[in-house]
Formats: sequence, C-alpha cells, structure tokens
Amino acid sequence: MTTVQTTTADRVASVTSFLRTFTSRYASVLPTLAAVGVLLLLLMGAQSRFGNFVSPGNMSALLLDNAYLMILAVGMTFVIVTAGIDLSVGSVMAFTGILGASMLSTGVPVYIAVPIMLGGGATIGLLLGVLVQYFNVQPFIATLAGLFLARGLAYVVSLSSIRVEEPSLLWLQATRFRLGDWYITPTGIIAIVVVATGALVMHFTRFGRTVYAIGGSEQSARLMGLNVARTKVMVYVISGFCGRLAGLVLTAYSGAGYPRNGIGTELDVIAVVVIGGTLLTGGRGYVLGSMVGVFVFGTIKSVISFMGAEQSWTHIIVGALLLVFIVVQRAIVARSDRPR
Amino acid sequence: MAVDTAVPPIVQMRDITIQFPGVLALDQVDFSLRPGEIHALMGENGAGKSTLIKALTGVYHIDSGTIEVAGARRVFDSTAAAQDAGISTVYQEVNLCANLSVGENVMLGHEPRRQGRIDWTAVHAEAQRHLKNLGLELDTRSVLSSHSIAIQQLVAISRAMVLDSKVLILDEPTSSLDRGEVEQLFAVMRELRESGVAILFVSHFLDQVYEVSDRITVLRDGGLVGEFLVADLPRDALVTKMIGREMTDLAEISEKSDRAIDRDGAPVLSASGIGRRGGVAPADVSVYKGEVIGFAGLLGSGRTELARLIYGADRADSGEMQIHGDNVKVHSPRQAMEHGIAFSSENRRDEGIIADLTVAENIVFGIQAQRGWTRRVKNGEQDAIVKDYIAALGVRPADPTMRAGNLSGGNQQKVLLARWLATAPELMVLDEPTRGIDVGAKADIQRKVAELSDKGLSVIFISSELEEVLRLAQRIVVMRDRHKIGELDSHDVDAAGLIDYIANNEAGSVAR
Amino acid sequence: MTKILKHRLFWPAAALVSLLAVNIIANQSFARITMRDGQLYGALIDILRQSAPLMLVALGMTLVIATRGIDLSVGAIMAVSGAVALTIIDSSPSPGSLGTVAVAVVVALLVSLVLGAWNGFLVSVLGIQPIIATLVLMLAGRGVALLITGGAITTVNSAPLKFIASGYLFILPFAFFISVAAIATVGLLERRTALGVLTEAVGINPEASRLAGVRARGIKWSAYVASGLLAGIAGVIYASNISAADANAAGFLIELYAILAVVLGGTSLMGGKFSIAGTVIGVLTVQTLGSTILFFGVPSAQSPVVFAAVVILVVLLQSDLVHRTAKRVWSQVRAEFTSSNQQDTEVAS
Repeated sequence: MTTVQTTTADRVASVTSFLRTFTSRYASVLPTLAAVGVLLLLLMGAQSRFGNFVSPGNMSALLLDNAYLMILAVGMTFVIVTAGIDLSVGSVMAFTGILGASMLSTGVPVYIAVPIMLGGGATIGLLLGVLVQYFNVQPFIATLAGLFLARGLAYVVSLSSIRVEEPSLLWLQATRFRLGDWYITPTGIIAIVVVATGALVMHFTRFGRTVYAIGGSEQSARLMGLNVARTKVMVYVISGFCGRLAGLVLTAYSGAGYPRNGIGTELDVIAVVVIGGTLLTGGRGYVLGSMVGVFVFGTIKSVISFMGAEQSWTHIIVGALLLVFIVVQRAIVARSDRPR
Repeated sequence: MAVDTAVPPIVQMRDITIQFPGVLALDQVDFSLRPGEIHALMGENGAGKSTLIKALTGVYHIDSGTIEVAGARRVFDSTAAAQDAGISTVYQEVNLCANLSVGENVMLGHEPRRQGRIDWTAVHAEAQRHLKNLGLELDTRSVLSSHSIAIQQLVAISRAMVLDSKVLILDEPTSSLDRGEVEQLFAVMRELRESGVAILFVSHFLDQVYEVSDRITVLRDGGLVGEFLVADLPRDALVTKMIGREMTDLAEISEKSDRAIDRDGAPVLSASGIGRRGGVAPADVSVYKGEVIGFAGLLGSGRTELARLIYGADRADSGEMQIHGDNVKVHSPRQAMEHGIAFSSENRRDEGIIADLTVAENIVFGIQAQRGWTRRVKNGEQDAIVKDYIAALGVRPADPTMRAGNLSGGNQQKVLLARWLATAPELMVLDEPTRGIDVGAKADIQRKVAELSDKGLSVIFISSELEEVLRLAQRIVVMRDRHKIGELDSHDVDAAGLIDYIANNEAGSVAR
Repeated sequence: MTKILKHRLFWPAAALVSLLAVNIIANQSFARITMRDGQLYGALIDILRQSAPLMLVALGMTLVIATRGIDLSVGAIMAVSGAVALTIIDSSPSPGSLGTVAVAVVVALLVSLVLGAWNGFLVSVLGIQPIIATLVLMLAGRGVALLITGGAITTVNSAPLKFIASGYLFILPFAFFISVAAIATVGLLERRTALGVLTEAVGINPEASRLAGVRARGIKWSAYVASGLLAGIAGVIYASNISAADANAAGFLIELYAILAVVLGGTSLMGGKFSIAGTVIGVLTVQTLGSTILFFGVPSAQSPVVFAAVVILVVLLQSDLVHRTAKRVWSQVRAEFTSSNQQDTEVAS
C-alpha cells in the first residue's frame, strides 16, 4: 500500500516538476502555442464545415496571398520586441511599389530599379531609427511621421495605379514550382527565406539577443555594456527594409503599383505579430510566431470568403482575437513575472 | 578574517568632491578598498553613499579629486568603462533582463560562438560553471523572472565574475531578502573575499553589516566621518556617527512636548497587529488626541512601511484598525482621508508634489481630491486658503502662481504640509518632513508640528534625526529590521539611550 | 515683452498667424470675406466650417493625452457613428423629417459613448496600455461600420442632416457653432469644475495623485468617454457633409491629425498640463496648412509629405538634444559677444 502511494506521489512529483521546469523555461512560448492552437482549430473547423478547405491548392494560396504580410511581420517583430512600434510599414510598402512601377514604366532597367526599390543610402527606416534613438522621439510619433511621409511620397510619384509589365518581376509571381497539387511561387520562397533569416538572426546572433535584452530592460541592457543605440536604429532599418521588400512582392503579386496600397496594413501587421505571441511591451516574441499569426489572419480571411460573408468581418474577428490575446498575455506575464 | 593593511588598495579615492545644483553632495571624501575585504559603506539618507558609488562607477562626473584603480589614475566616463576596469555593481533593483534565461543573463555579450552563431550549448555550460563557482545549482535555461530577487542578485554577481571583476559593489542587496537568502548571499560574498575580490557592501541592516564586514566607512551629509575596523566600532558608536548631532535652538518646543496627554478613552487611531508580508512585521500603534508619536529607527527599519500601512498607501495583509474605537477598513489613501488621516511621503518629488501645477493648486489639492471633481475650490476660497498657509508656514517665495517644482525642498515640504493641514485631518502622518531641507525651514516645520499638536492634532512623526523625534514626540515607537522592537516614553530616554536601544536592544532582534 | 514670449501659447499662435500671413501675401483673396444672402463666405469661413470634425476629435484627444494616454480609435468611432446615423435615416420612411434625424443622431452618439467607455474600461480598469487598448477598436471599428452599412456607401437625401455640416445659422456655418459649443462645453467642464486640474495631476504624477486620494480611475475613464462622444459628433458632421456614410473614408487618418493639432497647441504627449485654447489654435493651424497646400496646387493626396515634415520639425524642436545644443550654441555666441565687447572696451580705454 505504502509503495503504491509513494510511486503515485513520485509520479505526481515528477509531473509537477516537469510542469515547473516547463513553465520556468518556456512560459514565453505559451502565447505562440496558443496561436498554433487557434490556427489548428480554425483549419479543422473550416475543413469540417466546407469539406475541401484544407486542400493543397488552398493552403498553397494561403502563403502566396499573404507573402507580403509575412515579410512585414518579420520586420515588425524586431521592432516590437525592442518595445517599439513601426506604423510606417504600410506606406513604405506602397511607396516602394509605386516607385518601382513608375521607374519600370519609364524604361529604367530592372537591375537598376529593383536595387533602388530595396533602397540603398538614406532610407526612411534609418531616419526613423535616428529620431527614436538620438532625439528621444516616441517610436509611435516618429513612425507616424514616417507613415505620412511615405504615403505622401507615394502620391508624389503617381496619383493613380501604374501597371508593371517587366517580365522578370512578374516571374516572381507567375512561376509555380509544383509538388503534386502543392505549389510555391518565388514570392512565397522570398517570404520563407525572410522568416528563416529573421528567426536565425533573432536566436543565434548577439544582435538578436540584444534586441531581446532591450525589450526586457533598456537600462539593464545599457548597463550590461550592450550596444543599445546601434541596435535600436538597426531594428527600424530592418523594418524599413522589410517594408520595401514587401512592396516589391506586392507589386509582383498585383502586377501594378498603386499609391493607395497598404492603407491600414500597419494595423494588420501589428495584430498578426501580437496574435503570434509577441508582447507589445517588448522582450518576448518569435519571428516564427508572427508567421503563425499571419496564417491565422490569412485563414480567417479565406474562411470568410468561403462563407461568402462580408470581408469586413475579418477585421472584427482579428480585432477581437487581438483583444483576447492582449488580455491573456497580460495574465501570463503577470503570473510568470511573480517570483516564487 | 583580518584585513591585511600591507596589501595595496585596489581602489583609492582621494578628495572626491561632487557639486550638484545647490547641494554639495560629496565634500573631499577619501575612500579605499583592498583586495580580499568586505567593506561596508554606512550613512543615513543623503549622506552621499550612492553618490560615492556613482562617482566610482562612472555615472557621475567628479568635480575634483582622484580615483586610482590598481595603482593607476583613472577617469571613468561610463559604467562600461568602469566595468572594463574590473568594477562591477549589483543594484538593489536587479539590472538584468528578466525576460531572458538565467544562462543568457550571465553570458550576454560574451556568448561563445561557433561560425558566427551563438553556441547555446556552450553558453549554458559556461554559465553553469560560473554559477557553480558561487555554489549555485540553477536551471540555466529557466527564465530569470521565474526566480526570486535573491537568486537574481546572485545571478548578477555571477555575471560580474564573468567580466572578471576585481571590485564588486553590492548596493543594498539584502533589502528584499529573507534570512535564508541573506545567508546564501553572505556565503557567496565570503567565497569571493577568499578569492581576493574587493567587495563594497551597502546595507541598512546593522546585524548584517556586523556579521559580514571587515571594515566600515561612515559618511554623513556628504562628508567623511571616518574609516573603522569592525572590531573597533561598537554599534552605538556607529549609530552615533551615522546620525550625528545637529544643534538647533529649539528649547521652547522641547518644553511643550512635556505636556500631559489625556490617555483615557479611545485613541484617535489604534492599529493592532498591522503588517504586510515582505514589508513590515505585525505591530501595534495607538495615537491619542493631541499626541505626537515618533517612529525611530534607521532607514530601512520599517518605519516608512508601517506608516504607509496606516494610511492605506500599501495594503496591510494582517491586523485591524480602529478610529475613535470604531473598527474601520483602510485599503486606500482615499479611505484613510475619509477617516481624517493625512500622509506626507518621504519622497516629496515622486509621491508628493505635483511639479507642473502651481503652488496654489498644490496647496488646495488635498481639499480638491476630498471634494471630488464636481465641487471645485473656487478662486476666492483658494486664494484665501493659500494666502493663510503661505503666511503661516512661511513658504518662500510667497508666490502662489509659481510652478511648485521650482521651489526648494524645504518650501515644497511646507506646501505639502499646507496641503494636508487644509484638509483638517485628525491625524497627520509625516514621513521625514525635515529631510534635506535647510535649518531654518526645519525649525519652522518642527515649530508648526508642536503648535498643531498643542491644538489637538495627533501626529505620527518619522525622522532620521533622533533629537528631533525626542523633542517633538511624547512616545516613541522604535523599529529595527522591519520589526517594532519597543515603545519608549520620551521623558525616560535621551539621545544616547535611544541610540543604544536601536542598536542593542535584544528583545526585538528577530532573525527573519 | 518676455512675458508674452514665455506664454505657452505664444509659439503656437505665432505659427498660425504666420501661416495665415503667408496665405494672404500669396493670395489677397484669401482674406476676402463676402456676404451673400445674409451668409458669410470666403476661404477663412471655409476653414472654420471644415475644421469642425477635427476640432471635436482634437478636443477629446487633448483630454486623453493629458492623462498620459492616447486614443487611436477616434477615426473608427467616427465611421461607426456616421454608419449608425445614416442607416437609421436610410431605413426610415421619412428620411427628411427632423424627428428621424434627431433620433438617428442621438442613437449614433450613444453608440459612440459606449465605444469610448469601452476604451476607458480597457485602459483604466484592465490597465492595458492606451496605444494597444485603442488599437483594438481602431482595427475592429471600421469593420463594424462596414457591416452596419452592408459594405456599401449609404447615401441619403435628408435636408436636416445636410444642414448639420452645410447649413448656416445667422451669418455663419452651423458646423462652426457646433465647434464653438464643444470648445465652450469642454472648457467649462474642465476649468469651471475641478476635472481639469485633477486630470492634469493624474497625468503629471499618478502616484502623488493616488496618495492625495484622487479617484484616478474615474478621471481616466471620463477622458476616453469624452473622446468617444466627441468623435461620434465628428462622425455625424462628416456624414452630413457628404450625405453619406463611407466606412472607409470617414475619419481616415484623423487620429494622426488630431494628435498633431494637440502637439502643435503646446500640450505635451507625456501628459499633464493641457491647453484647450492651444488645441483650438493647433486645429486651425492644421486646417489652414491643409488649405495652403491645396492652394499651392499640390494634390491633396500628397499633403501628408508636408504634414510629415511638420511633425518631424515639431518633435525635433521639442527634443532635449536640440534644446541642449541650441543652449550651448547660444551661450557660446553670447560669450564670444561679451568677450569681444570687453576687448573693444579695453582697446578703447
């Protein structure tokens, strides 16, 4: 009798100790796991409702349709993990698209146009980073100025849409590498490469760890001798670069540059990053989580179009989901930050 | 362990002077630290302890004087520079990143890398090794925030050892630790001392200082009082040196505190067993009409914590309170105010003055909060109240439209006193109302307290200056190490006796 | 003289006056006001009329910012408010009757009030950061507005509705009177009661306010409720102006222009002291700047470039680094000047 009791007790003890190890190590993964759960539930629900939702074609389209969002989400993850925010990404994306389309339509060769689109030299991201770091402007305000600036510049380039006929750019979208019924486009490959690079940089470089340290406590990071200033400027440069790359991808996707593209996209991006498990207060989050967030967003959109309902439901549902995640995150953080 | 004075000091600071606007923060202070010693830096609030530390770690620029580290003259312009010279600091509020793992916090910025990428296995192995050197067995992959403050501090020390520090500054590391955690920390400190590290230790707990230190340097009001071997400095001598004596001519007030207090009937306030975990152990306090109760004890003794519980600024998790004999609940400042209690915090800047509002607005702020937003204090009424109190308390300059943040400390204190007096409280809790203000303003405030209590106001008066407490209070609650260790009648004790009681009374000395 | 220079409204007012001056110099007709059928017309009158929605939103934003908060959802609330009002009018048998419009407006404002209260709940009770809390509604609000209008742009033909934005009372536009009424109400409510000073105190020093017994939660909450309600009124005016509910365009980017107006009016984004008069000046500046840009032939879509430049200029002027540098340069200049003066006198003697 006693032996049985002890083994049960042991088992309970080992389970609780496993749980303790798990929560002490991986509490910050929980929101991302929750996002994965939400995604699976969505997919299963949609599959049982429509029967043909989780099909190779539909799933491949999910990546294709949301490639630009995924690229933006990677950059935004860097910024938000430092406890910053970048409102300019949607406008930067639109500006890049219309700039590229305009250059190509006036006969600028693609090997010049694309590097300009991706932007060398002085960029908006660098400007924003400098404002935030050296002039102590709140990220929200600085990137707000960036939003205005890029949007206005987009209209300066052109007030209306410009078609792109450059074959090499359209190739990015039109080419489909197939495996059975699955396919992937070069834009999808770009998105995945960006996600993978972002995840590796965040996890395996000192720069990436400094990003996390700044989000945890900027003052501590400085006292620990980390290069805070350079890192903070860099995350805005990265986010700006992602915005431009997304502009390139979106131009390929839509076959045109359009100055009204990406209005409100910054909010979608922030929402998917948060849903993917990144804390808006900084310090916690994963690039891969943001990718999951993008899939959640994309799936909701696609479910709604399957149902034939109003697309406006997307933002209502995403808004509600955002709220739930924010409240849950607050609870998780409050719990895990309480020292035992 | 005896300090080997033959060993040349690793840190030698000479004639350090730092001038802040309006204050001489450090006045020609000498300080030396030798390898293999634990050196306590003692002093009350405003003595210059943290200024001295910040001068050494490159946070503050020194106006004159020299710093030598390992025999070479150095000028540090940043904490990073001091760290590179082998001087690391562990602060009370741990300066690590709570969102990262233990191992990463130890190694951040020094991670082993392979082909350009961080080798996490090696990071954790190395962190494990450093932690083991301090006798710590931790899961290095666990998140720092899942550990207690004590462990976090030990992790911070471990990080300092990764940086190969020769000098370790521990700034009030024990203030939020329990007894077992303090033991663990002390074991680590002794270990480091054996290995030749010089440790500068700041603590408000006398027991701890005597338990672990080899030498003590005492500062007071920005000046050096002296450097002593622990064995040569009895506790009451230390307390006397820390507190010092300030001769202010206030004889007439001292007479007034002799007047008899009517202690029949219910006290204005009676708290029994009121306490808060991690704050202050359950204690009893009662105050009668027209009585001044002093809270005496060193900084960090729990005197402020107890006062905050009475006002509901922090929530008590044990005990009961009665006002005029009726049971009441005080869970918030607002409730305390409704029961006629007022509280002036020791932290004027962060918890008292609303800096951007005018002097007048600050004075009527208490009344305004009491009345709620709908019933604004009318201009005429405000002018009358403000004029009265500016005159009564001698606020200088007597300009009601001035931004309150621009006043000097003493005048800000007077404004706060006015704010609370205007609400016509029955009990005023004054936490360090005379700290950091000039002698004239100090005398003004003391006189006002005596005068008000004469007229029937009850006061809880907290001050580091024991003479001030003795002069004003009829009864004195003595605090040490977060416990109330006794209550004295101020007629039965003088300053020396009170110091002796604070330093030596064994009855209340409870190991936590 | 220095007193005038030091007044907190000096620079905001100077900016507005010089902007107006530029316009008048560039185009004399700018200042011309004509009387037709007992109603005033002219560029300046247009600015007063068109600024009404921004004025209302910026007033609410001022209060929220004073509590150290921000309200990103004002544009979305405008869209919802307009959608609610127009849908009620559209579905009514008599869209032209005053009663219908009154009911529609009251319902729209009640909905806006509830949305504001929701923001306030998230911020003051749940303790969620204001940017994030109001982001939720900013995102979902337009979706709700689109649902209400069924995804289309609801247009109505209703004279009483049209009157709100385009009608005239006495000789001035009715919308201008709405602005004035809102300014007066907010001004009186904040400055005649103690709400203003308590709001400032909560924004300047939350902990000291708590210890003084201020009910900070209620005060923060009230600011978001006010912001929601004012945005609701702005939404009705916007819808009235185009006689339609356009869920996508209503209040688009207005949160940003409102924040800009508040900052231009001298209220710090860090919370605390606020100035209603400053915000009024800020709104008029933003509106005038908008007209100026149009006047110089820049397409309105491109105007954000100019506003971006203004935002950057303002934040740079407010930043410590610039202050310190300016101070250092100034003191050097002064030192040079005095030393050279001394040399001069020495030479002379």
